Amino acid sequence: MKKGKKILLLGGSAGGFGVILNLLKTIPKDFPIPILVIVHRNPKFESNFESVLKNTFAIPIKSAEDKETIEGGKVYFAPPGYHLLIEPDFKLALDNSEPVQFSRPSIDVTMESASEIYKENCIAILFSGANQDGAKGLLAIKNNGGICVVQHPDSAEVATMPQAAIDINAQHHIYTTEEIVKYIHQLN
Amino acid sequence: MLNFTELDEIIEIIKNFHDLDISGYSKASLKRRITRIMDINKLDLVGLKSNLINQEGFLNYFIPEMTVNVTEMFRDPEFYIALKTKLFPYLETYPHIKIWSAGCSTGEEVYSLAILLKESKLLSRSFIYGTDINHLVIEKAKQGIYSLTKLKEYSENFIKTKAEHSLSEYYTAMYDAATIQNDLKKHLLFSIHNLITDGVFNEFQVITCRNVLIYFDITLQEKVFDLFYDSLCKLGFLCLGSKESLINYKRAHLFKLIDKKNNIYQKIA
Repeated sequence: MKKGKKILLLGGSAGGFGVILNLLKTIPKDFPIPILVIVHRNPKFESNFESVLKNTFAIPIKSAEDKETIEGGKVYFAPPGYHLLIEPDFKLALDNSEPVQFSRPSIDVTMESASEIYKENCIAILFSGANQDGAKGLLAIKNNGGICVVQHPDSAEVATMPQAAIDINAQHHIYTTEEIVKYIHQLN
Repeated sequence: MLNFTELDEIIEIIKNFHDLDISGYSKASLKRRITRIMDINKLDLVGLKSNLINQEGFLNYFIPEMTVNVTEMFRDPEFYIALKTKLFPYLETYPHIKIWSAGCSTGEEVYSLAILLKESKLLSRSFIYGTDINHLVIEKAKQGIYSLTKLKEYSENFIKTKAEHSLSEYYTAMYDAATIQNDLKKHLLFSIHNLITDGVFNEFQVITCRNVLIYFDITLQEKVFDLFYDSLCKLGFLCLGSKESLINYKRAHLFKLIDKKNNIYQKIA
């Protein structure tokens, strides 16, 4: 069990998904930090965009599997209809329990779980969205010593989600979309 | 909030005082469930431990609350289409069809299976066993009463299974709830069964266990897969949840994957 390993979490909802996908297109294939993406998706709709879009990204993207070991150089999407958790042995785990903030996957749930396992090695970014999910999760990461970034409400298509995080002071930085891209690239 | 060290202490107490080993449960999920129990009951760690050790009957409350009981009728409609098109033609060749829904929670999946069999005119020679570790959900499953709001959602799922009839033909509405019709209930039995400690109780052509194994670690999953293997007849089918597979199972070669998208396997050896 290697401590000190970093993880990058990207959460978003309405208006956030496209921004996150565009951001991921700029990530090089050997980006060392594993990336978890939690976006609200309707499980009733066909949901295998990971395999459809795979070829448009340099970095491998996939739907998170239960008990899968987390590796750098990969992007894991929380599957629709499940919460995505992290086990103490740094494996991913799925959970079918009640929605949180009307959402499953819930950004709060994954961020809180990651904050307990990765502590100060969490980097989390919250994007555009129309509900309050993610604010509490971001705060948990901040309280455990991680780094929290919120998309500037003015640059977000729907400001509710980033604003909810700012309202409880869960962020270290408020960045525009362009600044977020720059920030992630300097993590490399 | 509970941390992982404290979680291990709780697991140890349940093992020592109640002879129940839950150490193979997925830790992150289990910790959320137990934190929830503590929040609802306004218990701190000391209080929870004290209740687990001293309070008569607390475990009977604790275990049902600890397990996740989220389910719906015709969840993943394409899974039910796969049952109809890939499994039923095979099941038709049997004079008696026995199905086990393991971890059936409040029974929605069992009733879904019964309705699907009825639509395909196979129910009259079928029997479905629904089991769960949680005695409270088993009682609810036996009643087969669900809210009309939920049944409306389930109807949408049902239509997507390319059903011939409307779901409303299988229940009787009373005010804001509805009860599943009795002629379906004649073909099923709900009972308590613990996948970790209880063994084989019958032989089945089909076992469905969907969204249960995600709550177990790989070692415990292995044990449960062994139980399913031993409980399936030759060429019987194992149906897992949309995010569950035999990928980590040592004896996976004894099964053939017959539907990759819906994780349906057939026992071949």
